[in-house]
Amino acid sequence: MLKINNLHARVEDKEILRGINLTVNAGEVHAIMGPNGSGKSTLAAVIAGKEEFEITEGEVFLEGENLEDTSPEDRAHKGIFLSFQYPVEIPGVSVTNFMKTAINESRKAKGLEDMPAKDMLKLIREKSEMLEIDRKFLSRSLNEGFSGGEKKRNEIFQMAMLEPKLAILDETDSGLDIDALRIVANGVNKLKSKDNAVIVITHYQRLLEYIVPDFVHVLHNGKIVKSGTKDLALELEEKGYDWLKQETVV
Amino acid sequence: MAYTEEELKKELETKEYEYGFYTDIESDTFPIGLNEEIVIAISKKKEEPEWMTLWRLESFKIWKEMVEPEWANVKYKKPDFQAISYYSAPNKKPKYDSLDEVDPELLDTFKKLGISLDEQKKLAGVAVDIVMDSVSVATTFKKTLAEKGIIFCSISEAIKEHSELVKKYIGSVVPQKDNFYAALNSAVFSDGSFCYIPKGVRCPMELSTYFRINQAGTGQFERTLVIADEGSYVSYLEGCTAPSRDENQLHAAVVELIALDDAEIKYSTVQNWFPGNKEGLGGVFNFVTKRGLCEKNAKISWTQVETGSAVTWKYPSCILKGDNSIGEFYSIAVTNNYQQADTGTKMIHLGKNTRSTIISKGISAGKSQNSYRGLVQVNSRADNARNFSQCDSLLMGNECGAHTFPYIEVKNKTAQIEHEATTSKIGEDQIFYCNQRGINTEKAIALIVNGFSKEVLNKLPMEFAVEAQKLLEISLEGSVG
Repeated sequence: MLKINNLHARVEDKEILRGINLTVNAGEVHAIMGPNGSGKSTLAAVIAGKEEFEITEGEVFLEGENLEDTSPEDRAHKGIFLSFQYPVEIPGVSVTNFMKTAINESRKAKGLEDMPAKDMLKLIREKSEMLEIDRKFLSRSLNEGFSGGEKKRNEIFQMAMLEPKLAILDETDSGLDIDALRIVANGVNKLKSKDNAVIVITHYQRLLEYIVPDFVHVLHNGKIVKSGTKDLALELEEKGYDWLKQETVV
Repeated sequence: MAYTEEELKKELETKEYEYGFYTDIESDTFPIGLNEEIVIAISKKKEEPEWMTLWRLESFKIWKEMVEPEWANVKYKKPDFQAISYYSAPNKKPKYDSLDEVDPELLDTFKKLGISLDEQKKLAGVAVDIVMDSVSVATTFKKTLAEKGIIFCSISEAIKEHSELVKKYIGSVVPQKDNFYAALNSAVFSDGSFCYIPKGVRCPMELSTYFRINQAGTGQFERTLVIADEGSYVSYLEGCTAPSRDENQLHAAVVELIALDDAEIKYSTVQNWFPGNKEGLGGVFNFVTKRGLCEKNAKISWTQVETGSAVTWKYPSCILKGDNSIGEFYSIAVTNNYQQADTGTKMIHLGKNTRSTIISKGISAGKSQNSYRGLVQVNSRADNARNFSQCDSLLMGNECGAHTFPYIEVKNKTAQIEHEATTSKIGEDQIFYCNQRGINTEKAIALIVNGFSKEVLNKLPMEFAVEAQKLLEISLEGSVG
């Protein structure tokens, strides 16, 4: 699904990613953990094609295709979805209108007609029920005045609507109380299949109790310094990141 | 391709005026310059009664004594009023009964604008009185309106055929001496629209007029007079677009609305005069005086979408004279490249329990300057007057400006005035968020701008809202390569 080779990226003069190697296959869940400033969010943004980051070395492949010259919207059309750590507000544009536009733009890119309103409504109903979202919520302006939890739930709702091949959840757990966390995690689990993959970026093991990863990677100073199974997450929870930092130095 | 604000700006700058074309219809144009003879000649040309000629001459006299105002937040080279021709009319000017009789070149022009008469005829319920270079050349739906006793015609025709009404109301809301441009307009106005809705009549269709400037160096001095008699209702639409020109064109219109007791007037405008090219050359100077008078329980609602003109100076206002009267102002003003807009409203509360609402949305891009200027005045006798104002500005790029000049004058302690203002910027983060959901940048900007403008767009009649939305997109988007 996703293959990253020796990826280096910088913003202005600061090198943030210093040689990332990562392979994610269909049907897998990967967790990326690491201390603040280790480059987790940058990695997510670079995969999604955010252009303030300059790639100085290495490649990102999606299903064997080099994404080097692919715009963020084309990456989205190819099935990459990023659940933002800080979703932006767009006043005056309802969640429904935003989703309708997003879905139809993707369809257009694939040479399809707009989704009929009836199907759109059905889809919205289905997905909002799955995530226990009140439909009144969908008429509100995108993220405007949403609580932290509502924003994150809305991100997962969008993911459910767009049915991506590769979903990257960037600290989706931050700002969620335990009930909301459970609902969001259940949603993600329901969307999981053998044909898609999920990358979960998190500080804490807590989310991983609900979305169980096949692999856990620890990012430090722009590199993956350790990979393992879900037990690695437990170990990190217990010991913190310091032992890993020391280990890397040695 | 990296999409930075730099590129966003470049893209906006390269968006040239899409409707820049020129229709060559033989015109009957006066020599340039302005003096008493020209004023008399205009009046004569239009076969006006004597009182009108005298009224024009009086206006001219007042105008000569006045100086051009300089308080607005705009900079421009002042027009040379002696270098303008004050009258231009298409030569072929019979009244048409069917489209087949209309000059094919004119029809072609409308097709380019996407507002062909053909289309308009199909737009059931819309009567169109087209002002092409100062003189009406086509009027439709007149018969249906006549059955209700509604008069909808050119002001020239009204001066001749409904002389009493015009004489009573012209200059009653915007007096000749009101301001420099209003005085000029009163002296030389070429044509415009007149509308009268009789007592208790609800106008069954939206009335619309399309104004165009189409003759090099011809100033346009439109005069519009709308009278809604007691208990009547009318929705009036005015939209315009002008061809590309190198020299500046002056447009100084006067619009007067009179809403008698219990009447309601909804006045909507989409303004798309040529804004000048991306270097800031050419473009229309739009110095307009629009004002409405509300008698008891009357309501006047102004909705405007301003995307054009090099320089705009425009304040559709309401005089809330009657008790319980209501004034509303909903505005979207877009400026790009070197455009300058100083626009807003005045709400003058005279009567008791009068209410006014102001929603102003300014969108600035390029090197443009966009100012909101609004006055809320509550007179000492206006008990329980209420006003709510909201001014939002949206900036694109780092070289444009948004300014807000709210003036509040309250002389009655029972007044309640609220003013809210926000300024925001289309950020790279918003664009990236949309991109990540598969929405390209052009579409993303349209989405964000439409969201920002929604409260005002919602106030426009349906078919106009669609046109306005299209105009917003044209004004702000480039073809993303």
